[in-house]
Amino acid sequence: MPHLQFPALSVPLVLFWVFAVVACLMGLLVIVLANPVSSALALVMTLCAVAGLFLTLGAQFIAAVQVIVYAGAIMVLFLFVIMLLQLRGEPGGLRGVLFGPKVLAGALGVALITQMGSLVATAAWPAGAADPAAFDSPLNTQMIGKLLYSRYLLPFEVVSVLLLVALLGSVVLAKRKF
Amino acid sequence: MPVINAYMPALLMLALATGFALFTVVASRLIGPYRPTREKNMPYECGIEPVGSANDRFSVKFYLVAMLFIIFDIEAVFLYPWAVAFRELRLFGLIEMLVFVALLLVGYIYVWKKGALEWD
Repeated sequence: MPHLQFPALSVPLVLFWVFAVVACLMGLLVIVLANPVSSALALVMTLCAVAGLFLTLGAQFIAAVQVIVYAGAIMVLFLFVIMLLQLRGEPGGLRGVLFGPKVLAGALGVALITQMGSLVATAAWPAGAADPAAFDSPLNTQMIGKLLYSRYLLPFEVVSVLLLVALLGSVVLAKRKF
Repeated sequence: MPVINAYMPALLMLALATGFALFTVVASRLIGPYRPTREKNMPYECGIEPVGSANDRFSVKFYLVAMLFIIFDIEAVFLYPWAVAFRELRLFGLIEMLVFVALLLVGYIYVWKKGALEWD
């Protein structure tokens, strides 16, 4: 039974556990903390820990994007929405968050865990086809670059149109006087 | 060799910085005296009295700034793999990226001309 063997204790394995534990703990804090701004900062830590997980797989570019886009740009937007909506936190504090809408939250949680559990149990896991170790190379980012700017040239250029539309859209929405 | 090995100095720095931050917070709480008063807990001990809550509603003008930041942030992300693979892509890669940046430059000029960068 090769899949029951415990892998030898290696640096990537230790780092995986460190980053995984930090990501889970901070993810828990996101939902437990009463102040929405604190939750957002805990989410920053979660996203950074996930970036660390990508790094242990050798995906340097994805790790960098995770920090630049998610922990940077997306969190700016989250914080802005929190401040625009003037969220002041749960009145009941920790107790209010944990023991508030018990029945609905419990039912939804059970449904989610059952679904994910059944998916994990029944899904076919393609092994070998996308072995992360095969891409664990310092040239990983270069490989992405070569593929993105040759074979996926059109999608890449379309992204600039998409960004342009987002740019115009946000100006039209947010600008009061033209 | 796994890529992560190259990041050991950065990870060591991360561990040291986290450890130092935790140590200073915990040590100052354990060793130093802790006698808070109303005045001490105010944002500024001297100066004008604070009015209202700092957790106030923000103007929608910040939305535009946040959105512009995200858009140009994503543009910068696309420059990373391009810069690394630039030598292999040669002139084709340069033209390709110029088209990409030119399209976003059109948007930038629009934003500028509309006065969206002005704080009115």
